[in-house]
Amino acid sequence: MPAQAKRLLLLFGLAAAVFVLIRHFAVPESFGRYGHYRAEAVNVVAGLAPRYAGHLVCGECHDDVVTVKRTSQHASVACEACHGPGLSHSEDPTEQNISIPAGRERCGYCHNYDATRPTGFPQIDPAQHGGDEACTSCHNPHQPKPGEGEELCGACHSEITRTLASGRHKNLDCHTCHGSGTEHTSAPDSVRPDVPGTREFCGQCHSEGASSPESVPRIDSSTHGEDYVCWQCHFSHLPEAGR
Amino acid sequence: MKEDHPLSVRSGPSTTNGDSPTAGNDRVTTRRDFLKCLIGFVPVVGLPILGLNLGALAATEKGREYDPAEHWYGMGIDVGLCIGCGRCVEACKEENNVPRDPYFFRTWVERYIKTPDGKMIVDSPNGGMNAFPPAGVSEQEILRTFYLPKLCNHCEKPPCVQVCPVGATFNTKDGVVLVDESYCIGCRYCIQACPYGARYLHPEKRVADKCTFCYHRITKGLRPACVEVCPTSARIFGETRRASTPLWRFVRTHEIHVLKPHLRTSPKVYYSDLDSEVR
Repeated sequence: MPAQAKRLLLLFGLAAAVFVLIRHFAVPESFGRYGHYRAEAVNVVAGLAPRYAGHLVCGECHDDVVTVKRTSQHASVACEACHGPGLSHSEDPTEQNISIPAGRERCGYCHNYDATRPTGFPQIDPAQHGGDEACTSCHNPHQPKPGEGEELCGACHSEITRTLASGRHKNLDCHTCHGSGTEHTSAPDSVRPDVPGTREFCGQCHSEGASSPESVPRIDSSTHGEDYVCWQCHFSHLPEAGR
Repeated sequence: MKEDHPLSVRSGPSTTNGDSPTAGNDRVTTRRDFLKCLIGFVPVVGLPILGLNLGALAATEKGREYDPAEHWYGMGIDVGLCIGCGRCVEACKEENNVPRDPYFFRTWVERYIKTPDGKMIVDSPNGGMNAFPPAGVSEQEILRTFYLPKLCNHCEKPPCVQVCPVGATFNTKDGVVLVDESYCIGCRYCIQACPYGARYLHPEKRVADKCTFCYHRITKGLRPACVEVCPTSARIFGETRRASTPLWRFVRTHEIHVLKPHLRTSPKVYYSDLDSEVR
């Protein structure tokens, strides 16, 4: 072999050796074990510490709450959805406390009215509903229930319930005059509440022969405003006599 | 030992009764021999079997070692159930230390409003983490509206993995696309390649970051944080290759769509009843 070929061969050999040496140190050991990546990285990600304990842990200590919640409307709502991550609390309950949402913001994430929410999902207009009261001062979040009667209607129609309370009809329940109450609450757009369609309806209390208390104002329905239904002139939520 | 092995007694020709051998047999097994064999057989063969069983029992009690080859994960999203409360977004940020700035998300929720003139209005203020303010569209102008949670689709054929120049992102054996933080050079190729916008550059670590299906949770038998806190069970996590899982029942019983199927990335996040505008 000529000397120059030997020198070249030596040079190539040296370059190959350097390459192998560099590769040995540069490429991580576990690279390529499963594919074109560092196999050890899977363990690094898998080894991170969780912060949410999961839905099964809370009941180990808070059995009473979990039992109540299980049969309520909030059965599918995990504890940590409202109380935040709780793994550290479950491991060290005395030092690491869990958050208890206060005020009106957190409930509103689910229950403030938004047209995009599914019809029938319980929603309120925060501007109309419950003043500045914290949600939990009326509703038990572990066993939530809608209000009843006027309270139920006031969740969405609080201007009306406020007006009603200051007028002469304040002792009348909304359902005295409006029907289809419960269906309207679950499907407000498709099931509209009734409004009285006849003069005889108001006449049950206000006609001359009615059996209502004497203090209730009477009219002779044969001569009085015969072309109209009563509430078209007398605003029934704040009734007043015409002049 | 081999000669005395009881199995050879059973398989030997015409040894129906141990004490009444048939004529013509050169080997005679008496009841005494048989019992002697049995005494030897029980400790030699029985104990190791018992030992093995106990060992297996102990192993199942401890919780078996996690084997990624046994899993192939996916997620179902029941679009009709999502109420846009954004708890998943918050839980994801809490669980995975995702920066709180309003443009870094591993998962986020979009609101779609379709108007009668065919226009689609899409918004996602702060990823939906503080729920959604009123839409600014009167209800008479809404033809259809829904929320859409989004996250990494953990594609079977992920473009992000294909373009990574250093092998810092990859598909695990259980079907999760992960990022190797210590190997990523922060070149952002994968962020560009992802057709779903599911990746971002972590502002402090300067590496690509994305949803891991909460890999650190699912390998411990927990559910991903977003699934854990979803109040309406709109997110369903589980196995895609087993018939009897909640996820697969959801896929069987709903009309399922995936995002951008024409890109042939084989995404593993399954949406029910998706509007054609979104696909």
